Amino acid sequence: MRVTFPHMGNLYISVRAMLEYLKVDVVIPPASSRHTLTLGAKYGPEFACLPLKLNLGNFIEAHGLGADTIIMAGGCGPCRFGYYAQVEHAILQDLGYNFQLLILEPPERHISELLVKIRRISGNQSWWQVGQALRFGYLKARAVDEVEAAAFKARPRETVPGSSDVARRKALNVIDRATSFRNLADAADEARTIMANVAVEEGRPVVRVGIVGEIYTLLEPFANLNLEVHLGRMGAEVDRAIYMSEWVNDHLFLGLLKGMRSRKEACAAAPPYLRHTVGGHGQETVGSAVNYARAGYDGLVQVLPFTCMPEIIAESILPVVSADFNLPVLTLVMDEHTGEAGMNTRLEAFIDLLWRRKKQRELESERVPGY
Amino acid sequence: MKGYLGIDVGSVSTNIVFLDEDFVIRETVYLRTQGRPIEAVQGGLKEIAGRLPPGLTVRGVGTTGSGRHLAGVMVGADTVKNEITTHAMASSQLVPGVQTILEIGGQDSKMIILRNGVVSDFAMNTVCAAGTGSFLDQQAARLNIPIEEFGDIALNAEAPVRIAGRCAVFAESDMIHKQQMGCSLPDILAGLCEALVRNYLNNVGKGKEILPPAVFQGGVAANSGMRKAFEKALGLPVQVPPYYNVMGAVGAALLAGEAVYRAGPSRFKGFAVAEARFAAGSFECTGCANQCEVVQVTEEGVVIARWGDRCGKWSSAVNEQKKIG
Repeated sequence: MRVTFPHMGNLYISVRAMLEYLKVDVVIPPASSRHTLTLGAKYGPEFACLPLKLNLGNFIEAHGLGADTIIMAGGCGPCRFGYYAQVEHAILQDLGYNFQLLILEPPERHISELLVKIRRISGNQSWWQVGQALRFGYLKARAVDEVEAAAFKARPRETVPGSSDVARRKALNVIDRATSFRNLADAADEARTIMANVAVEEGRPVVRVGIVGEIYTLLEPFANLNLEVHLGRMGAEVDRAIYMSEWVNDHLFLGLLKGMRSRKEACAAAPPYLRHTVGGHGQETVGSAVNYARAGYDGLVQVLPFTCMPEIIAESILPVVSADFNLPVLTLVMDEHTGEAGMNTRLEAFIDLLWRRKKQRELESERVPGY
Repeated sequence: MKGYLGIDVGSVSTNIVFLDEDFVIRETVYLRTQGRPIEAVQGGLKEIAGRLPPGLTVRGVGTTGSGRHLAGVMVGADTVKNEITTHAMASSQLVPGVQTILEIGGQDSKMIILRNGVVSDFAMNTVCAAGTGSFLDQQAARLNIPIEEFGDIALNAEAPVRIAGRCAVFAESDMIHKQQMGCSLPDILAGLCEALVRNYLNNVGKGKEILPPAVFQGGVAANSGMRKAFEKALGLPVQVPPYYNVMGAVGAALLAGEAVYRAGPSRFKGFAVAEARFAAGSFECTGCANQCEVVQVTEEGVVIARWGDRCGKWSSAVNEQKKIG
């Protein structure tokens, strides 16, 4: 059994860690590229969203590297992603790729539902081993997110253009290579040092931008045309509404680990704008927008794949949030286009807008009463 | 005479303006880009230089539009700015108190909301270019009427027909159906204008507060049928400012004025660039899985700029290229 799974940003680091800890033979598909998209768009249904097409492309490319088993997340709810595992599997079968399919449905009541499935993949290793593997994958996700957060801070302030991304790549590779708990701790330290060594100009003024939206386009840089990097290089310090480790804790561990940001907080902030779940991350998007507004962010960017229903609902609610909190929001719809120029034009104009507003506010607050 | 040049290289047209030292528009050139931005910029520069008095001093140059980076390295621009910022800049100077800008160009459409003279919100079409100038161009060509007469014919409509405006491809088949049923040409053209306005307001104007004074600019503003359709849909007077088709270039020139005020003398290479041999080409980098398409611009055989690479391997290899703000 040679196991593969679709890409979603740095997810592969964490999933590979978990599976290899259980001695499972893993095939990581090549990073999503135009070739992946071409394959996916050729064989996927035209009206499906971008994630399905990239998933398909990932699987076909992984097949070329010898994968014979797919692990894929499932789901239930208004978002059609819940069907994607089955649909993709059926398409692959029609094309003559015979994969075995293992769907990880999110546990509904207890984390043991997930453990049972992972134990099956591992060839019935001990419960202790399965638990440790999960913990190992999770700790890697934490270390990866720490690097991402450091890159968000360094990018708008770097003195050598591009240096924080070189460091980020290096730090992620160090974490990816760790094979035991012990050398993961060392790797995390080394990654921290690499990121801390990026030369930055501390006092450089930046605008703060929160990125909200659908999880796949949020986490996969190929799908969002490197949104975070572009924003960072234009002088914006970015934060994103969903980090991989938070998502793992929320959806796979059912919020078992305390003391970190969770979807509950985001959803709790959504009323009165949106009082119930609409599938995907629609409610989280609205709630995160409110939370970013309260935290004093200068602007928000919403990303979604074309035709994404939950985010379209959120998109139509965001103008009200934007007006109430006086916070500009830019919505970007991602599809099969790979030209970054159009997106850059919009981002550049948005950052200009944020700067001019910020300067105006500063001028107003500098005015001394009586003059 | 001393003054500032603004160059707007769009998908359909390339516009060049010259403002004097008091930022008064002295000369404008409007050319079709025809898919050859380098030739368009050179032709435009030659033309404007010929029309302006000799002994001219250019104190600053700004570029904008989708070809702004290319034009920027060609002429040695002092500022390279996106078209949203430049359009807002120009309108707020030329139409005092403007609160809403409706702009439809060749391949994009945008709405800019200003409050107290500052951009407070904007939107631009994403994913699809339905309802922009190129589509009107194409339909005019199909009906064999010059694009310049499109608007006036539409104004003669008695009962505009309903045309599906969601998608340009569907709009075209709907139009053909109506035409074969025997609807009159003015009614079809007016119906098309209304469909495009509906599409624009639903997609670009979604959720925005549209307050007067509202201006309509960009190449499509020449179409009086579109202006009338906007007024009908919004229930507001919509004005088309003078220089509506070169507003981006005007904004770029104004920003060039700001840029040289801050950063000192202009980097303008002179009107001689109109005669230089420029070439642009692209290649796919095979260094990693990103397979970036790298664009390279040469002047007299020397590489003057590269872009498109995510890692910076190619763009940073060009020493002369300075960061233009």
